[in-house]
Amino acid sequence: MKVSLKWLSEYVDITAPLEKLAERLTMAGVEVNETQVIGAGWENIVVGKIVSVDAHPNADRLRLATVDLGKQQITVVCGAPNLAVGDKVVFAYVGAQLVDGHTGEIIQLKPANIRGIASEGMVCSEKELGISDRHEGIMVLSPEAPIGAPLSEYLGDAIFDLDITPNRPDCLSVIGIAREVTALTGNKLHIPEVHYGELEDAIDSFASVEIIAPDLCPRYCASLLTGVKVAPSPQWLQQRLFACGMRPINNIVDVTNYVMLEYGQPLHAFDYGGIRGKQIIVRRAGEGETITTLDGVERILNQNILVIADKERAIAIAGIMGGLDTEVTDDTTTILIESANFNQAVIHRGSISLRLSSEASLRFEKGLSRDLPLVALKRATQLMLELSGGKVARGLIDVYPGKQQREPILLSTAQVKRLLGIEVDVSEMVKVLRLLGFGCEQTESSSQVRVNVPWWRTDINCTADLVEEVARIIGYDSIPTTMLSAPLPIHKSMPMLSLRHKLRSTLVSCGFQEVLTYSLTSSEMMSKLSPEPHLMGLTPIKVANPMSREQEYLRTSLRAGLLSVLARNERYMEGGIRLFEIGKTFLLQEKDLPQEREMLCAVLSSLQPELSWQGKAGPVDFFVAKGIIETLSSRLKLVASFEASEDEGLYPGRSAHIIIDNKKIGVIGELHPKVSEAFELTESAYLIEIDLERLLPHAASPKKYQPTPRYPSMIRDIALLVDEQRIYQQIHTIIQDSPLVDQVALFDVYSGEQVPEGKKSLAFRITYQSATHTLTDEEVDEVQQQILDRLSRELGATLRA
Amino acid sequence: MVLNQIEELASRAFDELGKVTNSRELEAWRVHYLGRKSNLTQILRSLATLPLGERCGVGARANEVKEAFEASLAEKKKSLEQGLPLSLQRESLDVTLPGQQVLLGRLHPTTQILDEICDIFSGMGFQVVEGPEAEWEYYNFEALNMPVDHPARDMFATLWIDFETEAGDRPMLLRTHTSPVQIRVMEKSHPPIRVIAPGRVYRYEATDATHEWMFYQVEGLAVDKNITLADLKGTLFEFARRLFGGGRKVRFRCDYFPFVEPGVEVAIDCLVCGGAGCRLCGNSGWIEILGAGMVHPEVLRRVDIDPEVYSGFAFGMGVERIPMLRYGIDDIRLFYSNDLRFLRQF
Repeated sequence: MKVSLKWLSEYVDITAPLEKLAERLTMAGVEVNETQVIGAGWENIVVGKIVSVDAHPNADRLRLATVDLGKQQITVVCGAPNLAVGDKVVFAYVGAQLVDGHTGEIIQLKPANIRGIASEGMVCSEKELGISDRHEGIMVLSPEAPIGAPLSEYLGDAIFDLDITPNRPDCLSVIGIAREVTALTGNKLHIPEVHYGELEDAIDSFASVEIIAPDLCPRYCASLLTGVKVAPSPQWLQQRLFACGMRPINNIVDVTNYVMLEYGQPLHAFDYGGIRGKQIIVRRAGEGETITTLDGVERILNQNILVIADKERAIAIAGIMGGLDTEVTDDTTTILIESANFNQAVIHRGSISLRLSSEASLRFEKGLSRDLPLVALKRATQLMLELSGGKVARGLIDVYPGKQQREPILLSTAQVKRLLGIEVDVSEMVKVLRLLGFGCEQTESSSQVRVNVPWWRTDINCTADLVEEVARIIGYDSIPTTMLSAPLPIHKSMPMLSLRHKLRSTLVSCGFQEVLTYSLTSSEMMSKLSPEPHLMGLTPIKVANPMSREQEYLRTSLRAGLLSVLARNERYMEGGIRLFEIGKTFLLQEKDLPQEREMLCAVLSSLQPELSWQGKAGPVDFFVAKGIIETLSSRLKLVASFEASEDEGLYPGRSAHIIIDNKKIGVIGELHPKVSEAFELTESAYLIEIDLERLLPHAASPKKYQPTPRYPSMIRDIALLVDEQRIYQQIHTIIQDSPLVDQVALFDVYSGEQVPEGKKSLAFRITYQSATHTLTDEEVDEVQQQILDRLSRELGATLRA
Repeated sequence: MVLNQIEELASRAFDELGKVTNSRELEAWRVHYLGRKSNLTQILRSLATLPLGERCGVGARANEVKEAFEASLAEKKKSLEQGLPLSLQRESLDVTLPGQQVLLGRLHPTTQILDEICDIFSGMGFQVVEGPEAEWEYYNFEALNMPVDHPARDMFATLWIDFETEAGDRPMLLRTHTSPVQIRVMEKSHPPIRVIAPGRVYRYEATDATHEWMFYQVEGLAVDKNITLADLKGTLFEFARRLFGGGRKVRFRCDYFPFVEPGVEVAIDCLVCGGAGCRLCGNSGWIEILGAGMVHPEVLRRVDIDPEVYSGFAFGMGVERIPMLRYGIDDIRLFYSNDLRFLRQF
């Protein structure tokens, strides 16, 4: 909200420098975003009066204006069409800084000779003063402007642009801000006194009000003026509205806006002549009922919208916008001013469903005080009377079905100390609260007061609210900084966090870049993950109000996000891209929140970087990817095994389940070529996917310490001939499970010359180790023979000569 | 004859010493010819068993040979040491050639900053906890003192999940902040509580250089007897200085969040202008880094914690903002578009 400091200073003396005041307001919760000074550069610019206008001897479109500046009169050449003798205008002496009306640049005014006539000075337009963009004529000041006065004194102002938090609708007003300034500076508050004369005729003879929906309209007040003359508002009023970012319309509408800015209460002026049946009815709209609003748009209403109606039809959307039929026009002579309180929810919802918000609705939906309508109505009536020349009907209408009693709140010094950690004595507490308009009464206890909340503070409901009031006025800076001294809570272990840390650090060491991709995706993206475009397996969860089709579904896997990132980066990276993400996937559960499963997904592009001077890196193949899994499981002190799998998104015959302790925890494999194609990858890629929830129970189990060997180990190499189809895992298991065998490492796989047709040779290095003694050759020979016998018996393997 | 043995030993030893090229081989030579188990040592030890006639000659010769060995050893050692720089000169490398590259990945900048934040708070006794990203409206709003139609809900443009109850309500959403974790923690545990909750949050929001619809927050909560606003200030002051550097000024001002009272906004002096005012800080000299406050009594009451006995503070901060300030990143969209040319800078 914008507040003019000139206006503000009518209600409270402003003694602090602007910057200081802005800082104090900000610290106390009323944030000053920006301070705009109007007229800061208006040096050598004064108020003048045109005393004569003469023709220019050498130009038809130029005239000579003689301006009275108090001490002297100066004649200048002027091209403006609206020069009129007697008008108060803005005069710039030579040397003034002005905005060039054509280029918009800042210029310094110099003496000029225009078509043979010397011209020292200038009569200015609003644009030239930097006030607005208006440049079609000179700016005409109001008649009371003092001749010769510096313009900065007469028109200069400072505007605070404030951020008001939603709990403080009372601060969406100049008086609200004035109250804050009073509390912060101790300077006295002056609220305008309201009194005006009334007609004999009572308002009841003109109109009545009926509230059919009292839950949605707790209070409705109205006054009535007859014989008004609708005309433009005086300049001071227009200027104030301008300064606060509003457009002046006429003396009636401007008063309603002025009082809204002044008190924070939205008001509406009806052309009484348009109200049929002399009756105002506050009711829910009928389903499909229509109204044309002030902006000329026909609106279709529903039962959740509150309207102000007459006997026949809706004449305004309550709290949001008036109707065109009862708009105040130049012909209007009788005005009904509405000042009401509406339920915040009905205004909020109505505004959303109509996609229509206004200064009024933005205030109502924050919840305004029910005491405010009457106060603001009286003020508006008085102003309108002053400005429109009408008469006020006797009395006011005040229908108030929602009257409430507010209970006082007890506040003790102990409560303040318990929340703030600082001792504030009762007198200080009371002083602060009274400055804010709270009533404080003594209680039986000397350290406690009974606090009555002022009617405009709808946000204060409990002790903590009062404590904040005390804290923000004495200043958060005066509260000390201390460290938590309470005993530490019991710390629970978080195995998932440590698992994540281990996986992340290991993958990073293996050359994987971590990425974080969006949790929302599209059905197109998900369907790219299988060779036949359709959604794989799981039913994705839909967002009811997606921002776009790209963000319509919660992801059920990390694959699509990661593959898109891979494809995008392949365009400018020369290969060797390895990516991973650890994140949540969302699985549908019946009538419950989605199951959030944490997954690890990693991709390795098989596109290799350019040659290094030290030789080309080995190809990226299945076994490179598998090595990553083995590294990860080794980091977790687990042993992974693999079993061929069928995964729709992966290359048939080149994918496997990752198995830990007989449980499938993930998959690994080459991407299905159609999937690579769908994601527009340059080369094929390998994919690793691990379900962290499944991995966790295995990773978290503690391992017992094994003593380091105290006796030397013995190493034997053997080469075995087996059938080509034999699976390594089986041979490895037989050897590994034999007594005394500590480690088994495959170091050669060979088929070809010297190996019979249909056979392959596998060479193993076996490390034998005993925990109890130094091994002898005989002992190891015997075990190795048993191994060979078992391999021969079960797998038909023979020792290669 | 023992003497012959000695002579043979000597000639073999000198032969081999000539072939020694490095200190490791020299040490092996010493062990072999002069060590405790060497032939020469054994001969010297067994002198007593020799016939008296031989004993003298063998003893003298063996000792002579031993001394010669020791002298040659010392000489060889010296020459090896002197020879060292020569070999290096012969093998001069172009040390400017690139080294063998080891592939190294990096953690996402968001992960890095989250780790940093969690470490700081862990050091102050806060435990890391997590909560669901798809949440009930109750936890995201109602339990946080924002009933339906509360004006503060407008600060949180919400993405709703397409799920309707039989009554026609739509109670499921993507959490708009990490604050619902506060409620989940307080429902399950009793004070003393001291937790932080990092995680993703979502908003229905058009993206631009400073707005993303998905981002990360870290929530904090401490509840116990006698926790005060002064403790909040101390904890967050310490945090801000550990994260942004010891010289930073930290400002606490009154602000409003429905689930705290009193409410606090924490700002640091601008990293660019140091408080003088610039474009980054909107000429205010201050940069807001987090929102905080004393847990609202209504929030405590709802989770059956008596606000007359216990008090607490809560805080929440946007995560991406921190690396943006620290590294001068001017577009938040860089974080989740995952361009490696961006990610590899951290």
